[in-house]
Amino acid sequence: MTAPSVPAVAIKALVKDFGTARVLEGISFAAERGEVTCLIGPSGSGKSTVLRCTAFLEEATDGLIEIDGEPLGFGPGPGGRRVRLPAAQIRTVRKKIGMVFQQFNLWPHMTALGNVSEALTHVLRLPRREAEARAMAELERVGLAHRAAHYPSELSGGQQQRVAIARALALEPRILLFDEPTASLDPELTGEVLAVMRDLAETGITMLVVTHEIGFAASVAAKIVFLDHGRILVEGTPAQVFGKPRNPRIDRFLETYLDRGAATLL
Amino acid sequence: MSFDLGLILASLPDIARGLGMTVLIWAVCAALGLALGFLVAVARRSGGRVVNWLLFVPVEVIRGTPFLVQVFLLYYGGPFIGLSLEAVPAGVLALSIYAAAYYSELWRAGFAAIPKGHLEAADCVGMSPVQTMTRIILPEMTTLILPAMVNMTILMLKETAILSIISVPELTLTVSALGTQNYAFVESFTVLALLYWALVELCGAAGRAAEARLAKYRFA
Repeated sequence: MTAPSVPAVAIKALVKDFGTARVLEGISFAAERGEVTCLIGPSGSGKSTVLRCTAFLEEATDGLIEIDGEPLGFGPGPGGRRVRLPAAQIRTVRKKIGMVFQQFNLWPHMTALGNVSEALTHVLRLPRREAEARAMAELERVGLAHRAAHYPSELSGGQQQRVAIARALALEPRILLFDEPTASLDPELTGEVLAVMRDLAETGITMLVVTHEIGFAASVAAKIVFLDHGRILVEGTPAQVFGKPRNPRIDRFLETYLDRGAATLL
Repeated sequence: MSFDLGLILASLPDIARGLGMTVLIWAVCAALGLALGFLVAVARRSGGRVVNWLLFVPVEVIRGTPFLVQVFLLYYGGPFIGLSLEAVPAGVLALSIYAAAYYSELWRAGFAAIPKGHLEAADCVGMSPVQTMTRIILPEMTTLILPAMVNMTILMLKETAILSIISVPELTLTVSALGTQNYAFVESFTVLALLYWALVELCGAAGRAAEARLAKYRFA
């Protein structure tokens, strides 16, 4: 139904206030289908807020978000004002989105398999056998089928995050959102999570990733959006963003991330 | 004066009836208190500031006054507001409300202990608020609040003895009457102490068994 040119995610003039502080000053960009789009920038630049608004965990103060061409949460109304969409429609659009958190957020009272199959049995209402088979397949995909019966407290941070990725994948979202997925992990465990994300990128799933892993962003992303103080400073391919001549603000940023793969870019 | 075991043995049917009444009241009040306390906690959590405050006041009053006083007020004061209850229903109502006030605070502590991210994860996979409560919040917090819940339930057992003052025919009334009638206070109160203690140990053992079963997914 939607034209092939419709992006997976379109962010239009997104504004977000927390109390009196304006953290997003009217941001617009698109994440194309089948591509990896990375949001980078210093802490406090608003990149996680963009992602949380896209997951509808935060409601933007103004602006619109479209998922596969369909408005999320709010649609254009009369007189240029936004109107809140019906709850059922919000649910339908949100089903297209999978979310991976910095803190994994696995449910501690369920096994890895339980975490992945939970929404299949209780939201999609699949028969248990079918749900568990699908959950097993997703765990296989992130290389953790052999840990299916383990509880989150028995898994390493990297393994927990891979289970969390499997949990998001199980619902077959059109787009996967990652909110600093490796920021809670030590370098060794970061590697295994990034490897899973690289594999996913190759399968052609649309990914919007907030990350400090500059090396990952430079090598995997089709597009990089650099945020600073709630605005987009630069947007483009890795070559355009990191190539020379380069914005001096990005130079300074890269210097602080030498150990995250930024050294090769300098 | 010697310990008159014969008196105790001869009164075993009476003691058993009193014990049965105590256990019945205890179980009913614990169930009602848990349910009412849960509703209070949910209402305070998601009912807005006015509802929270309207429930905060009675919870604090109940937690801040002796149970003995509450029982007297309900039993003897109730008729003045058209609430004339027999001793047993009055006692059950009073103890259930008293327990609900304490249980509601435990439920609230449990809700507060669930990391916000666990709820966001449930939201992101499309769970409804009710599913989030039954599938995520309640099972996850059980391990956290179970010891305190068991403790409160044990305290409630001991509060059932207070109901003897409005003539609820429970264990304390039955056995202390035996003591008074036969001038056998040591015998009667020794029996009382042993029976309450046995019930408390049973309850504690059940709680520990439940904790052990749940221990495997304790927070690391």
